[in-house]
Amino acid sequence: MEIRKGISVSPGIAIAKPLVIDSKDYRIPRRSIVASQCAKEIQRLRKAFSKAISELEEIGSSKSIQESKIGDIFAVHMRFLKDRSFRKRITDFISRDLVTAEYAVSTILREIASHFSGIDDPYISERAADIYDIEKRLLTHLLGKKHEEMGHLREEVVVLASDLTPTQTASFNKSFVKGFATEKGGRTSHTAIVARSLGIPAVVALGDMSSEIPPECVVIVDGNRGVVIVDPDANTLKQYDIYAKQMSEFVHELGRLRELPAETRDGIHVQILGNIEFPEEAEQIINNGGEGIGLYRTEFLYLYGGQEPTEEEHYDAYAEAIRAVGDKPVVIRTMDLGADKLPHSGWHINETNPVLGLRSIRYCLQDLSLFKTQLRAILRASVLGDVRVMFPLITNLQELRQAKMILRDVMEDLDEYAIPYNVDMPVGIMIETPSSALTAPLLANESSFFSIGTNDLIQYTLAVDRANEHVSTLYSAAEPAVLHLIRNVIQDSHKAGIGLSICGEVASDPEFIMLLLGLGVRTLSLASPMIPEVKKVIRSVTMEECNKLARSVLTMDSVRQVKNFLRDAAMRILPETF
Amino acid sequence: MSKLTYETEVEVKNPEGVHMRPAMLFVDLANTFASDITVSNGDISIDAKSIMQMTMLAATHGTRLKIHAEGPDAQEAVKSLGALVDNRFIINGDSATVSGKEG
Repeated sequence: MEIRKGISVSPGIAIAKPLVIDSKDYRIPRRSIVASQCAKEIQRLRKAFSKAISELEEIGSSKSIQESKIGDIFAVHMRFLKDRSFRKRITDFISRDLVTAEYAVSTILREIASHFSGIDDPYISERAADIYDIEKRLLTHLLGKKHEEMGHLREEVVVLASDLTPTQTASFNKSFVKGFATEKGGRTSHTAIVARSLGIPAVVALGDMSSEIPPECVVIVDGNRGVVIVDPDANTLKQYDIYAKQMSEFVHELGRLRELPAETRDGIHVQILGNIEFPEEAEQIINNGGEGIGLYRTEFLYLYGGQEPTEEEHYDAYAEAIRAVGDKPVVIRTMDLGADKLPHSGWHINETNPVLGLRSIRYCLQDLSLFKTQLRAILRASVLGDVRVMFPLITNLQELRQAKMILRDVMEDLDEYAIPYNVDMPVGIMIETPSSALTAPLLANESSFFSIGTNDLIQYTLAVDRANEHVSTLYSAAEPAVLHLIRNVIQDSHKAGIGLSICGEVASDPEFIMLLLGLGVRTLSLASPMIPEVKKVIRSVTMEECNKLARSVLTMDSVRQVKNFLRDAAMRILPETF
Repeated sequence: MSKLTYETEVEVKNPEGVHMRPAMLFVDLANTFASDITVSNGDISIDAKSIMQMTMLAATHGTRLKIHAEGPDAQEAVKSLGALVDNRFIINGDSATVSGKEG
């Protein structure tokens, strides 16, 4: 049994046999031909091209591809396949060097790819991946192998891969693929997007899945907790079978739970909001009983489409989510990427430590045109519902003031054109650095609300990268340092009379809910599939129990003690959930 | 009949340069003309109708491109292609915004 933790990008539980997608490159040996075979090789090449073109036509005509932004990628691939000078370069190589078609394809495409990767521009160098995708497509036809057998699946599988290319994800036989687990990738990778659109669980960034995966074993993909278990032991498998059943029972219970308020047994209401990545997810939040959107991540807008998003693209994405939730709140977080992740930023900086580098609000404050475009769209969308804006990674008051000043500039711009917006749109900040947590009283004077982003707060407070397996065990929300910071921020926000929510992963961890309520949290923002479970926890406890529990936890001095205590309390109060 | 030759020089103004999508728009437009069209960045000159050559030109932000056309519709080709680059590869009705980007 091997348990791996990654980033959950699509919820649900899948238990099935693994389909390991060979990410190894095709190695094409150089094979010489005699001159008389040339025509035959060129003929084979022509066939491979025409098959590849019709395959792309088929992929491109599917509705889901057209609607998603990956359609553009395939359109570019198509142009390459139809490019005569591209094809000529390969055929010339065949007849000049007298080599097989597959060797020519592999050599020429790698030449082109290495030309791209050698260019000192992140956007262009990343395009090497497209060339490899084209290479693979041509080679599968030349070598006669059917596309990764994935179209021909006969049984249910979970797909394990290093990373999935657009071609691979598009060629799946959807009815048999039950989950994805990839070594690389992030929240906005192709895998994430495709998994969400298919509604199947996916966990990415699992790191090197080094151990051999036995072909006949079972793999569990837990998209709720971001865990993948390879070859589980009988006990784990049984637990997961039960968990999966419970999940489906939850789905049935959902209808009932959705109508019920998120209230403790002694009648204290807790507001449950949802975290979303894509506008289409807004509806699920409401269907699962959420009362609005507490965190709308907007990074996807910057990562797809290849160009900096236009104001209209921003606006459309916001409007779609706002319409889906009606008059309920929608908290839009401004761009939270590092300069290194922005393909079109034009910044060629080599940062030794990007997590502490030019990113998020820091980047926005330097690229005003990008920042203003987003703010303009948010302001224009603010008249459509209860829209609030939130700045990430604020570390001091000056940053907040600067960001608000730019917001006012944009408002003046809109005034000039008589474009309507909500003058009183609430402006809040993420508390995700120790410095902002420690200066919360100052920041509270100039913010309408705080949202504690626990994932980053833990990382920055404990100086631990949880993706680094050598230190990841040090990463814990139960660390007393983290709990004290959270407690202080909650108290400071109460004193200042401003809104407060928690939007990190702890907000969806049933074991932490009682503690958070006891610390004074009344708004939680979490991924939509976890909403029913969290609501159930809230409805099973009293605030008095929670307060007592929080008081005890704050006196504890170790992670282990806190964790055991929280687990025991949860088991006692809600035996059926744990 | 004498050959018609036209030429223009433009600067790549969009921050991300002529990457895949702009290159695709450029090549698609070039292919609507009968003339022979080449693009040069000062070092090399390439066929404007080939996406491979166009992307490998790797024209980043600030690159000056010379667009040269020879043929019956050379003037029109140079004019439209130059305008596309000048307009940051935004095609009318595609990503043009209602209210503009910077007010």
